[in-house]
Amino acid sequence: MTTQLFGERVRRREDPRLLTGQGRYLDDLGRDALAVAFVRSPHAHARIRDIDVSGALDVEGLVAVYTYEDLPERLAEPLPLLIPHPALTHGRTAHPLAKDVVRHVGEPVVMVVAEDRYLAEDACGLIEVDYEVLKPVVGIEEAAQGAQLVHEDVPGNVGAHMVQEVPAADGRSAREAIETAPHTLAFRLDIERSASMPLEGRGVYARWDGSDLRVYSSTQTSTSVRMAIAAKLELPLPHVEVIAPDVGGGFGVKIMHPWPEEILVPWAAMLLGRPVKWTEDRREHFVSSAHERGQVHYVRVGFDDEGRVQGLEVTILHDHGAYTPYGIIVPIITSTQLLGPYRIGAYRVEFSSIYTNTVQVTPYRGAGRPQGVFCMERTMDKIAQYLGLDRAAVRERNFIQPDEFPYDQGMIFQDGRPLIYDSGNYPEMLRMVKELIGWDSFDKRPHTGIGLACYVEGTGVGPYEGGHVQVTSDGRVHVSTGLTSQGQGHETVFAQIAATELGVPIEKVSVVTGDTRRFGYAVGTFASRAAVMSGNAIALACRKVREKALRIAADALEADPGDLEITEGVVHVKGAPGASIPLATVAVLANPLRYAFDEEARRATQFASAAAPDRPPVAEGEEPGLEGRDYYSPVRSTFAAGMHAAIVETDPDTAEVRILRYAVVHDCGRLINPMIVEGQIHGGVAQGVGGALYERMVYDSHGQLLNASFMDFLMPYATEVPRIETAHLETPSPLNPLGIKGAGEAGVIPVSAVLASAIEDAEGLPIDRMPISPAELYHLRQSRDG
Amino acid sequence: MKPPPFEYHAPRDLDEALDTLARLAERGKVLAGGQSLIPMLNMRLTAPEHLVDVNRLAELDTVETEDGGLRVGALARHSRVGRAGHPLLRQALKLVAHPVIRNRGTVVGSLVHADPAAELPAVLALLGGSVRLARPGRTRDVPAAEFFLGPLESAVEPGELAVSAFFPALPPGAGCAFLEVARRHGDFALAGVCALVTPEGHARAACVGVGPVPIVVDVSERAPDWAAAARAVREAAEPDDDIHATAEYRGHLVGVLAERAFREAAASAKA
Amino acid sequence: MRRHDITLVVNGVARQASVPARRLLSDCLRHDLGLTGTHVGCEHGVCGCCTVLLDGQPVRSCLTFAVSVDGHEITTVEGLGGDGDSLSPVQQAFAECHALQCGFCTPGFLCTVTALLRDNPAPTDEEVVEGISGNLCRCTGYQNIVKAVHRAAELMAE
Repeated sequence: MTTQLFGERVRRREDPRLLTGQGRYLDDLGRDALAVAFVRSPHAHARIRDIDVSGALDVEGLVAVYTYEDLPERLAEPLPLLIPHPALTHGRTAHPLAKDVVRHVGEPVVMVVAEDRYLAEDACGLIEVDYEVLKPVVGIEEAAQGAQLVHEDVPGNVGAHMVQEVPAADGRSAREAIETAPHTLAFRLDIERSASMPLEGRGVYARWDGSDLRVYSSTQTSTSVRMAIAAKLELPLPHVEVIAPDVGGGFGVKIMHPWPEEILVPWAAMLLGRPVKWTEDRREHFVSSAHERGQVHYVRVGFDDEGRVQGLEVTILHDHGAYTPYGIIVPIITSTQLLGPYRIGAYRVEFSSIYTNTVQVTPYRGAGRPQGVFCMERTMDKIAQYLGLDRAAVRERNFIQPDEFPYDQGMIFQDGRPLIYDSGNYPEMLRMVKELIGWDSFDKRPHTGIGLACYVEGTGVGPYEGGHVQVTSDGRVHVSTGLTSQGQGHETVFAQIAATELGVPIEKVSVVTGDTRRFGYAVGTFASRAAVMSGNAIALACRKVREKALRIAADALEADPGDLEITEGVVHVKGAPGASIPLATVAVLANPLRYAFDEEARRATQFASAAAPDRPPVAEGEEPGLEGRDYYSPVRSTFAAGMHAAIVETDPDTAEVRILRYAVVHDCGRLINPMIVEGQIHGGVAQGVGGALYERMVYDSHGQLLNASFMDFLMPYATEVPRIETAHLETPSPLNPLGIKGAGEAGVIPVSAVLASAIEDAEGLPIDRMPISPAELYHLRQSRDG
Repeated sequence: MKPPPFEYHAPRDLDEALDTLARLAERGKVLAGGQSLIPMLNMRLTAPEHLVDVNRLAELDTVETEDGGLRVGALARHSRVGRAGHPLLRQALKLVAHPVIRNRGTVVGSLVHADPAAELPAVLALLGGSVRLARPGRTRDVPAAEFFLGPLESAVEPGELAVSAFFPALPPGAGCAFLEVARRHGDFALAGVCALVTPEGHARAACVGVGPVPIVVDVSERAPDWAAAARAVREAAEPDDDIHATAEYRGHLVGVLAERAFREAAASAKA
Repeated sequence: MRRHDITLVVNGVARQASVPARRLLSDCLRHDLGLTGTHVGCEHGVCGCCTVLLDGQPVRSCLTFAVSVDGHEITTVEGLGGDGDSLSPVQQAFAECHALQCGFCTPGFLCTVTALLRDNPAPTDEEVVEGISGNLCRCTGYQNIVKAVHRAAELMAE
């Protein structure tokens, strides 16, 4: 293979369009569409007594107003519970428009359609909703006490309760192992709420032509949105198409679906017979999409004199907000991924997933892992401190060793499959990160500190993705896959894979993602799975195409397929460049024709073809055309890993925290495009810095989100993000043909843990709660100093 | 997040602007840079019946030297004023939001908006400057001490237009410093202090974000014991809790920043 | 609602629009003039996605009424490059340095950086970070944006 693009820093093929304003994001479409705005609940918990829309009716340009009462049968049902789980005994989802009771500020109550968004907002402002305000349930511990209920029929506000237990090798339970260990520690760790917060909010645009519905949505899963819309609107699936256009960031929030708006907007378009569009604004995004991260963890650990963990018990309270549409994936991931690169003697984890009158919780980049890693890494630091040992050494003593893979952690992962690590080299990774940050030579001065954190990330979860590859008679290669893109550079990396597999110049390859017209079967872009899943599916589809191309070319060249190779888009006999046939011609020959439409096509018509007259033009088992489709469905996830280290400086007077150095070593198996992987890590780390030092969702006791704006929800600017130093380790995955592992979420996962570790080192104070603000650090100092 | 409807007026000269504002009185609101007003409109936190857009009044787009100080017209944008050579204004304006906002926002608009967390009111108060308010046939200069009445409340009366502000020069040889702690670069400060120290040992400070209006404290009697001076400033501050910081921490910051600001100002004062 | 007939010189071309006074410049560019390259991320002036050049100076188009800038010159991302598909040095540098991922914030950065480098052709690292400090990016962690600004300065100096 001479067209080796796999592993190269190939420049992104999306960029020319995105750099010149030619991208097409949701709100760039549908200039002729009617605009939607919503009246949303101003109360965290209230009963709707009456809705009076009369005030809005005089607004010029008003087209329609809808409330729950207007919804037809299927739409009047609660929205789907996407991922049912036996432990989720009390799953609850919202209605597309509130029915009787609202359970968080921002819940949609009335839908308004008008000629433009300004007018729609005018109308919303004139609709009067009479609420009987109910006592809100805010704060995870208050909610867990169950004195007030979010849902009348969910006792104790407990939506789910789950225990997983892995006994020690000798059969002892975690509790026994902890109790008999030489040393034990117990502590509480907290992580607060943040959110994905892509710069483009959600949005839906629908057109109905009387029989077919086309919907554009800023989503991370167009195929599943399509199925949900078809089901809810009772349309035959082939009459619904859903397209994810350019998507301005997702980070998890857009894998949630169907959002109420994804059902209501197409419904309105069908009712009104006009294109309808809803573009979420920033305030709506804060109060009506989804958040994540809020968890309380109680940890008990038993360990020996060397710092080896013998037993670990973690009890988690997970705040899942008002509804559970995405099930309990987040606390399941925390529970399982908490173990990180370590062999823990015996482990017991229990979580309760609790309703509160706040915005619902669905995965945000990292999806429960930052919390789990915070637990485990704080635990390692506490063990080291207790024993007076080096923090890196304690970690090293607990590592799974390179010769122990595949390593079975004895649990069930988020994909319902065993938690078996496929490959990794944790000691080498630790060596690399220590060297990168200068761990052993760190010159500890007052108010400076160094910290370290490790994680393992299950990536590339199933069930499957597919790829379709078509070579057309102009020699171009058209690749499509069903999952969507939100900035990961799929058009580039999938083209690299296809170009490498097929031996064609990358300029000949084009990639389409997230368009159900092109590929109808897909799961979605989440869980660091796109490269692993669609990348491998596309590689497999390319291999089918290549095999067929070689077969046809072998016929034409009267050669053995095994003697052929494809380079620069030309099939030729190895070592005999003269005997060759362009792939374009192979594509022509692959499709026997009656009609010629150009010079190339003449070669495939029935009188030009040299096909044997006694055989059918399309041989048995063959299909016309040079194309292939294949799917990749892994037996289980592949496990990437990373270790981060940081040096911080804290201001002795103002308690401001400055990150002086930030180092990342990352292993996602074979790298398709190192430039893009590094970009993913940078972005993840920046989000992690936000989560560690700046971002939180501040609810007051009434359930009002007090910082629902970019003024007060403090996403880092360039001035807040340190320079990030990266190094790669490549431990290929044995589970997939390309040997790759996921990289999308990685960067964000250990940042709170590593910064807590470094701040603790700088301050000599336990840091058990993140994020931490200067005011909080100041108060920690005050309590220590009395 | 779209602004509510309003009646729009775009006067071509100052007289027309003053006449329009006088006629509209309480119903009229001035639009200059709009960097504070338009976010509030987009969030529909305010809904003025009439907006009087002064952006066409080139005669207000002025920055002139007056008595050694600077007279800043109502349309002078932050970025321009920051380059006008006034050392304290230059320091303060670097702390006002971000460069792009400073290209549009106006200095006089910021004063009239009277946000207690904003930098420019503190500068005006520290220097003892004034704001010139006009209505048809009448102009009055309101000293800083009487201009800031409370959070988002200034002495501008209905029907009046703030046409300029006067920032006095620093006293001869004086040094100044403006320090603050913000959560992110460019955010409103959790607390800020600007300080002025003269070679003769006169010293005073104005605080940002720790009271309803800029708090000016004269500490000449304590200079050059800057720790004592800072304690005096801290005692004068009236911080509140908010979602970003506690009142106690803000008070602490005022003390820290005041001492640092006095030292820095003193160091830059010419002996 | 009263409409105002305005003329904006956008990317060198005089464009007419009839807008209500409350029409934000961002919406006017995007929806009245069809220039959707300018993006809207917060509509309260914090994210910087909507940054355009107004008479050469970067401003937030979501904090500007279209009617206020009647008669003025606006440059949007669509007008930064040369003729045809050619990219400006800043656009080219962003591509070379992988300074964009989802691309939603990118037009705002490009406008900001174009003005920054015009006024300061060889900025220090600190000046670059300060210069882009009013633009949020949720994808890149800014690492490659900072690199791209330096690279653009190099390209412009060549």
